[in-house]
Amino acid sequence: MKMENVDREPCGMHCIKISDINVRFGKNVILENVDIHIHSGSLTALIGPNGAGKSTLLKSILGEVNHTGKVSFRNLKENKEEKMTIGYVPQSLNIERDIPVTVYDLFASYISNYPVWFKKSKKLYQKIREQLKIFSIEDCIDKQVGKLSGGELQRVLLSIAIIPMPNLLILDEPVSGIDHNGVRDFYKIVDQLKHKNDIAILLVSHDLNLVKKYADKVILLDHKVICEGTSETVYNNPRFHEIFD
Amino acid sequence: MNYIYELLNILIPFSFISYAFMKNALLAIIISAPIFALLGTMIVNKKMAFFSDAMGHSALCGIAVGVLFGFTNHSLSMIIFAILFSVLLNFVKDRTSYGADTIISVFTSIALALGLTLLSFGGSFNKYNSYLVGDILSITSHEITYLFICLILVILLWIFAYNKINAESINSSLSKSKGINGKLYDYIFSAFISVVIMLSIRWIGVLLINSLVILPAAAARNISTNTRQYHIWTVLFSMVMGISGLITSYYIHVPTGPMIVLLLGGTFFITFIIHSFAQS
Repeated sequence: MKMENVDREPCGMHCIKISDINVRFGKNVILENVDIHIHSGSLTALIGPNGAGKSTLLKSILGEVNHTGKVSFRNLKENKEEKMTIGYVPQSLNIERDIPVTVYDLFASYISNYPVWFKKSKKLYQKIREQLKIFSIEDCIDKQVGKLSGGELQRVLLSIAIIPMPNLLILDEPVSGIDHNGVRDFYKIVDQLKHKNDIAILLVSHDLNLVKKYADKVILLDHKVICEGTSETVYNNPRFHEIFD
Repeated sequence: MNYIYELLNILIPFSFISYAFMKNALLAIIISAPIFALLGTMIVNKKMAFFSDAMGHSALCGIAVGVLFGFTNHSLSMIIFAILFSVLLNFVKDRTSYGADTIISVFTSIALALGLTLLSFGGSFNKYNSYLVGDILSITSHEITYLFICLILVILLWIFAYNKINAESINSSLSKSKGINGKLYDYIFSAFISVVIMLSIRWIGVLLINSLVILPAAAARNISTNTRQYHIWTVLFSMVMGISGLITSYYIHVPTGPMIVLLLGGTFFITFIIHSFAQS
């Protein structure tokens, strides 16, 4: 399989530098000296064993977890630092099946101040419908969030994450709840997003075959960066076999 | 206030309204029912039922602290205590990894024990017995004014912050990525719950307060599929059962608080049965 170079033109005009991230919970070292560069227009996959600190790294980038080190966003063309916007697709939501929250309610809560308990705003409703249409799930708008299928929910979350289109899109892939076809479709959507927009994508993944197919760069993390590069480089690393075989 | 009393006399053609205490009680219910209902919807969604119960139990400590420092106005000392207590509780909860239920238990036990100890110093706890079961018929016009201010504040909170509180409760990382300071809204929401519960404790009582917060929302959740329905049903159940409970208790001579709770409990089971049928 042909792997694309992450530094290719015309993408990669922006670079996200995650430098020297350290996270400790008490005496436990969760992340140690993590250095990662992500270029816009590329998909970087983060793989590693359970408890390797993948989700913690995402949360550090989001600014939710206390950490040392720096996350910066650089415009390479003009060589200056810019403010970065982040879109985030969580692994799961803190909801039950019967929660009286529809996709409209969920969506509006994150993107609008117009109270969702009040009569629906036609304008907002239309805006959300249009956004859901990108991933052909506009019919879900009045469905209860807890009753969506895993694949539908993931697309809803993705459409929330890309309004407005962020510089960095962080995806925390669910471990379960979506069948293989659903996961494959999701990668296809993400791939299209990458090609149509100049955004950097950082994906925590559990599907090594799909990572091989779609990721421009793979990072193997186990508290620190074990190795990085194309999927071929990483998959041939001895530590990769220790962890995944 | 007199004007409102006159209005009640004209609007309600039943004999019970001729008593001033019934007028006050009715007003208190009309004002507090929407407060409990609105807060309840989010408390149930956020699975904070245990927190609001804890606040009720800690109210005794609020009174005790007020008495200790010589506050003549119990409401004021309780409000200050409530805000400090809820902020401290959230602060500790955010910095530990054991569940919220454990931290809440720790705080409540201490507050309750401290309250009981301080209040019964010199063997006089009997004076405060009414805080345990409450007496809605004893509510004063002063307290009604406090409640009314609370209602306005809760409505403002709901207009300006509901989406953010909702966003934070569904996924805090996601709300963070959208630039929402979820923790701040969590603190504000907890402080609101504490203040409302403290203000209501004297006439509803420690033992029943949580029922009035949780039951309307729980009953409404059984039959609601979106946020709008959920709010309408919750407010409706809270109002209708509150007023019916007051009137029923007047005619059959039973305490008002428990009567309201019983009606709300019945409502919960009826909606539960409707929900079960709808599912099958």
